[in-house]
Amino acid sequence: MIKDSNPMLPAQFCIQWVRKETHDTFTIELKSTNGTHEFPFSAGQFNMLYVFGVGEAPISISGDPSKPEVLKHTTRSVGTVTKAISKLKKGDVLGVRGPFGSYWPLEDSLGKDIVIVTGGIGLAPLRPALYQLISQREKYGRIVLLYGARMPEDLLYKKELEQWRGRFDVEVKVTVDSAKGNWRGNVGVVTTLIPRAQFDPLQTIAMICGPEVMIRFTIKELQNCGIKTENIFISMERNMKCGIGLCGHCQFGFCFVCKDGPVFRLDRIKAIFGKREI
Amino acid sequence: MTAPSLKIRETAILESTHFQKLLDGLIKRGYQVVGPTLGEDAIVYDELKSVTDLPIGYTDEQEGGKYRIKKQNDKAFFNHTVGPHSWKKFLFPSELRMWKAKRNGNTFRFLTDNEKIKKFAFIGVRSCDIHAIFIQDKVFTGGKFADPHYKLRREGIFILAVNCGKAGGTCFCASMNAGPKVSSGFDLALTEILKNDRHYFIVEIGTELGAGILHEIPYKIANDEEKYAADIVVKKTAEQICKSMDTANIKDLLYKNYEHPRWDDAAKRCLTCANCTMVCPTCFCTTVEDVTDLTGEHAERWRKWDSCFTMDFSYIHGGSIRSSAKSRYRQWMTHKLATWIDQFGTSGCVGCGRCITWCPVAIDITEEVSAIRESEQTTEKKTTEGLEEQRS
Ligand SMILES: Cc1cc2nc3c(=O)[nH]c(=O)nc-3n(C[C@H](O)[C@H](O)[C@H](O)COP(=O)(O)OP(=O)(O)OC[C@H]3O[C@@H](n4cnc5c(N)ncnc54)[C@H](O)[C@@H]3O)c2cc1C
Ligand code: SF4
Ligand code: SF4
Ligand code: FES
Repeated sequence: MIKDSNPMLPAQFCIQWVRKETHDTFTIELKSTNGTHEFPFSAGQFNMLYVFGVGEAPISISGDPSKPEVLKHTTRSVGTVTKAISKLKKGDVLGVRGPFGSYWPLEDSLGKDIVIVTGGIGLAPLRPALYQLISQREKYGRIVLLYGARMPEDLLYKKELEQWRGRFDVEVKVTVDSAKGNWRGNVGVVTTLIPRAQFDPLQTIAMICGPEVMIRFTIKELQNCGIKTENIFISMERNMKCGIGLCGHCQFGFCFVCKDGPVFRLDRIKAIFGKREI
Repeated sequence: MTAPSLKIRETAILESTHFQKLLDGLIKRGYQVVGPTLGEDAIVYDELKSVTDLPIGYTDEQEGGKYRIKKQNDKAFFNHTVGPHSWKKFLFPSELRMWKAKRNGNTFRFLTDNEKIKKFAFIGVRSCDIHAIFIQDKVFTGGKFADPHYKLRREGIFILAVNCGKAGGTCFCASMNAGPKVSSGFDLALTEILKNDRHYFIVEIGTELGAGILHEIPYKIANDEEKYAADIVVKKTAEQICKSMDTANIKDLLYKNYEHPRWDDAAKRCLTCANCTMVCPTCFCTTVEDVTDLTGEHAERWRKWDSCFTMDFSYIHGGSIRSSAKSRYRQWMTHKLATWIDQFGTSGCVGCGRCITWCPVAIDITEEVSAIRESEQTTEKKTTEGLEEQRS
């Protein structure tokens, strides 16, 4: 008989609240249905979320790693499973398997400048890193967040962005691809923010998450600034059916994105990253 | 009959007339005995109740894209090679319910199947397929998360191996260091001998368990001449193998050649039918299907064999990562022969030849490798020649 330790079997989590972030993106807070159960994770890891009878999808954890009593996910509704998640309400139950995968190198970056570059929903897996960096602010050098969205209405976590931007010890720059009249901020792709950011390229750890094209251009720009490949970390996305290295779907050359990633140190995958159809 | 006790690595003689007793011994011990039998115009693996279920007197003929069974004028039990099935169908079923769940108000209750799997006894496992089982062990149980369904089926299986008495037309196990001689991982290993109206097996003891089972049936200790006869059989088989793959630095060779024109060439022939991945004894990819009943109260999650040859396999929002046939063929071959080594510390290919036989257009993995290797060598030669010209 297959025992409780079965990694294929979801645990049940109950939705505490749902918050609409944008027209298609929302954040949910979850608590284990067996009450006291905590959910420790590292910033950058993901869960497989299961909607009863519908299916599973890999979704990054977007909450605060120092608050394992609650679990947060920010999801963009794009297809079958994510739409089904978007229809859930407070009190509904979701299956959760995880946490899975690698994480941002926060422990290994002490004393360094941190540059975070994200696009769109890519901010979600980096929010836990920002929470941790800010709560241990004195342990790091400069902290820079560069965030691009399609339009002002697509910006996630507006309140938190404002809070972080209000601090004197965090540099937050936001840009949108296009905007109508009343937007006073930057317009342009996120890479245009890089040359204007303040950091010491020789002492910087960069963390990138967003669409793959955006990652490619960001890498180029960061390298132009003098950041070395081994100091660049990216989070990748691939089709995932198991999340635990068994189904083969997430293969990316010699890597399994679910267990060797999703966070990769760029020099380890530089031979394959950016190659078409790998 | 009181026979001398048997030790591991010793060899004994089992007359074919007592083979049924071997099966009975396994059945009596509660094993689900499976092995080669006739079916679907091929020799397949299925339940064996009696020695007569074996494909007695049948052999198979194989070449790229072709397989046929043929009746022969003898009583051989194992004078065939590997067919369209592999043992993975037992250890890693092609369709498996992982769990079912019942809605219970807002929550739901998961019910794992109270799976009681009768332990398998595999009859007639070839060397390549033993290697394949050990490769799948690494895939399913070697990492941080083990597949509980595989473990449940894998633990405690009995392996009755057979040294191949003939090589199939597509076999290349020797160059993959995976055969034809069975070298480890078995409980008992047979070599079948048909000589001067005598039909018997030379049995090598692999484990205490194997010794115990053999001990219950009539056997005798093999003499040197008989042991020699067994060696001759596999030697002859090894000589018959006409395909081979040069695996020297194969990982680097393929890593260097992601953009080789041969992939386009293969893609022109490849139908992306996924046959090769289904017959391959090491391919492990799966997808899942979630289903509900009409009331919506019951849900089930099924796992099914999948293949990197399908478009859906690599689909993410916006499109498939590997949309061209070229990239899918490249994924398959590069995974089997190169990335597998980085992932699991071993090749993903044992040279069983199934993918060659069952490819409708006879694409041959050994030829694809040599095509890439040869063009490498000619370009390398050209560059060294070029360098020499420059120097002179
Ligand atoms: C490690 C990781 C972390 C992620 N984190 C988030 C997150 O925090 N928030 C968020 O909104 N999205 C995230 N995604 C993307 C999310 O998993 C997909 O949007 C989701 O799987 C789409 O499923 P669907 O059933 O709604 O879409 P459909 O289009 O109906 O899905 C069809 C199939 O494609 C697969 N698929 C489709 N898009 C993706 C994709 N982008 N990545 C992987 N598989 C995909 C699905 O699993 C399914 O098998 C993440 C993906 C990965 C790999
Ligand atoms: S790749 Fe082909 S020859 Fe190699 S193990 Fe798989 S089916 Fe056999
Ligand atoms: S070759 Fe393809 S189907 Fe086979 S294990 Fe590799 S990715 Fe999966
Ligand atoms: S998601 Fe199944 S192997 Fe990575």
